[in-house]
Amino acid sequence: MPVYLQPIGFLYNITFMRRDIFQAIADPTRRAILVLVAVHAMTPNAIAEHFDITRQSISKHLRILNECDLLTQKQDGREIYYELKIDKMKEIDNWLEQFRKIMEQQFQQLDEVLLILKNKEK
Amino acid sequence: MNLLFDFDVNKETKTINITREFAAGLDLVWDAFTKPEILALWHAPKPFTLYTKEMNFSEGGRWLYTMISPGASIDSNSRYSMVEYLKINPKTYYSSRNTFTDENGNSTSSAFSITTNSFKEGDGKTTVYIEKKFEDLAVLEMMASNGFIEGTAAGFANLEEYLSTITTSK
Repeated sequence: MPVYLQPIGFLYNITFMRRDIFQAIADPTRRAILVLVAVHAMTPNAIAEHFDITRQSISKHLRILNECDLLTQKQDGREIYYELKIDKMKEIDNWLEQFRKIMEQQFQQLDEVLLILKNKEK
Repeated sequence: MNLLFDFDVNKETKTINITREFAAGLDLVWDAFTKPEILALWHAPKPFTLYTKEMNFSEGGRWLYTMISPGASIDSNSRYSMVEYLKINPKTYYSSRNTFTDENGNSTSSAFSITTNSFKEGDGKTTVYIEKKFEDLAVLEMMASNGFIEGTAAGFANLEEYLSTITTSK
C-alpha cells in the first residue's frame, strides 16, 4: 500500500475490493450517512431527518451504498434498519490499527488541553 | 518536546499495552483522566464529541458516556460505554471494567475488558501506562465492531484530507 494511503488503510482495502466503492464514498451525503449508521442502525426516515434533501434522494444514496456492500439491512417488524457492514473477524487488525490512531489522536488532544491548563495555573 | 508513544498488541495474552508521556505534572495528568470536565475536552476523537451521562470516580462508582457523531443527537438507540472503577490508588493507578451498555448502563453485551492505568512522574513529564486485557477473542471481535465506529470517524477525517490532496494535485 502506498505510504500516502496508509491513514485510510481500511478504506483503501475495500476500495480495491470493489471498484465503485470509492465513487460511492466520494459523495459528502453518502459519507455522512455512513457515519450515522456506523453509530447505530437507523431507518431511512431517521436518516432523512438529518438531511435537508428529499426522502427519495436518501433512498437513492442508500441504494448506492447497499450496492457497494457497505450496508446491511435488518428487518424489524415493518421497519427496515440500515447498519454499517463489518466483516468482524477480518476487521480486527484494521480495528487495532484504527484504535492505535484514535489513542494517538486523543493523546494529542490531551497534550493541547494540558498546555492550556498549565498556562492557567501560572 | 518529543513525547513517547508506544502501542503494543499481544494477541496470545489478548492484551494491549500503551505507554504515553505527557509534558505536564502528575496532578494535572491524573485530573485529566479522572475528571469529567477535563475528559470532555479530549477523550472523544474529533469530530466526535463526548457526552458523559454520569460519572462517579470512586471504587465501585461508574462512568457512563457516549460519543456523538457530527450532526447526530443522542437518542434511545445510542450506544454507551461504561467504565466501572474497581480499584483506585490516587495519583498512582486505577483499574476498571469496561463494557458497552444502553443509556441506563444495562449491558448490551456480556463481553468486557479490564483496564489498568498507571501514572509515574519524572523529568517534568508524566508517563501513563495503560494495560487493556480482553477476556477472549470474541471480546476483541466485539470491540472491533464497536471500535469501528470511532475508527470510521477518524478514517473519514483522514479521507477528507486525502480527497483534498488528490483534487488539488489534478
